[in-house]
Amino acid sequence: MMTKWILGAGVAALAFSPLASAEPSYAEVQQIIKRDFKAKGQAKMDRLDQDIVQQVCTQAHDKPPADVAKALEADQFKMFPFPSGSLIGNWQNGGKLAWSGKGMQWNEDPKKGAGGGCYNCHEIAPERTSFGTIGPSLRAFGKKRGSGADMQKYVYGKIYNAKAYTLCSNMPRFGATGTLTEQQIKDLVAYVLDPSSPNNK
Amino acid sequence: MRASGISALFIAAFALAIAPGAAQAAKATKYQKMVVEGSPAELFELVGEDLWQKKQGPKNASLEKCDLGKGPGVVKGAYAALPRYFKDTNRVDDAETRLLYCMETLQGRSRKEALKRPFGNANKPSEMEYLTAYVAGQSRGYKVAPGMSHPQEKRAYELGKALFDTRTGLYDFSCATCHGEAGKRIRASELPVLSDPAVARPVMATWPAYRVSNSQMKTMQWRINNCYRQMRTPQPIWGSEVVNAMHTYMMVTGKGAIYAGPGTKR
Repeated sequence: MMTKWILGAGVAALAFSPLASAEPSYAEVQQIIKRDFKAKGQAKMDRLDQDIVQQVCTQAHDKPPADVAKALEADQFKMFPFPSGSLIGNWQNGGKLAWSGKGMQWNEDPKKGAGGGCYNCHEIAPERTSFGTIGPSLRAFGKKRGSGADMQKYVYGKIYNAKAYTLCSNMPRFGATGTLTEQQIKDLVAYVLDPSSPNNK
Repeated sequence: MRASGISALFIAAFALAIAPGAAQAAKATKYQKMVVEGSPAELFELVGEDLWQKKQGPKNASLEKCDLGKGPGVVKGAYAALPRYFKDTNRVDDAETRLLYCMETLQGRSRKEALKRPFGNANKPSEMEYLTAYVAGQSRGYKVAPGMSHPQEKRAYELGKALFDTRTGLYDFSCATCHGEAGKRIRASELPVLSDPAVARPVMATWPAYRVSNSQMKTMQWRINNCYRQMRTPQPIWGSEVVNAMHTYMMVTGKGAIYAGPGTKR
């Protein structure tokens, strides 16, 4: 129902936008992409199939109408397999995963798994002085916000599928895409929240 | 005489390329010195010029009659005016896809053979990297002015612009995810907002570029390919409409800059 509505809105938006003749339509761009890429290593062609999130964020230039975003975020949230019990894993392992930017690229061995690449975009613990700034600082996150069940669920959820919270977030869906396992995400939650993690010292 | 000069340069650069990373500090100092003393990009231009003049392929011909958009054999200012539409290929070509066309037509080489190894490595740069460096160097001082008037040139620009904002790949990234907001970094690397002409100008004026961190000359075909690798998509096909449209979009955004490449980057 929701999906149909969104697609309809997308088509309507295209029909009414003042297209210059040189401007390719959304559908044409998608077609050209599928023609001009080739599968390599673990990067198969299905990675180019846009789901509803990618489609809406592309068409809305990352600024979807609030009601559309809200409805689709809820849809993303429904797909969550939240594990029961504590979501705090091993922060030592989480620290390694947060630093590693490897994984899922066509030149990499899929058997070696992936890191979270968190430091690519976020400041976290002071043990790492090289960090990106695309995402907000997570420095002392647990110290500031606590590490109770709700906060554990929030951080786990953001890592599992950031699009369930902010539809056009810059952050990948690490759990939903199968990039990180449940245990790895728990380890990252620990790195961010655990009082004994260097992030909260 | 000139040939031996080139050999000496080549050996010097090769020695640098394979220098063992014994001490990180010593390496950094060496790099700094190298950058200060003059970019090794010049070496690539010299080797590229030799390859431009070298007779090769089934037709035993050089590339000296190659038409890079300014007429057969005119290299001066050609790179700064690319990508552009070519009637003979009926598409928008950049320097690299145009060089490939000349290898096929003038030298009689097969596309497969000529494209066997478009991206080199530190120990063995590719023919395309040398040639692109040479062609680019012949545009120093020329204004960046890619084709913008032919319908296919306009189309390439618009396609590139649309691709810039297209979310794709396993990680949902578009180009704008990283290159859309000023002042952002991935780790220590600053991210140029390539949709902003003021930012795109100095960037596009210095590609291709010699990357000191990995001792390699890198071209725009490689740069775009490598961005998509990090975006976790499948591989964009070398010289495809997608890659050339991205190149066109960025070069048009950077138009008006005085071309100063090949550049040297960390």
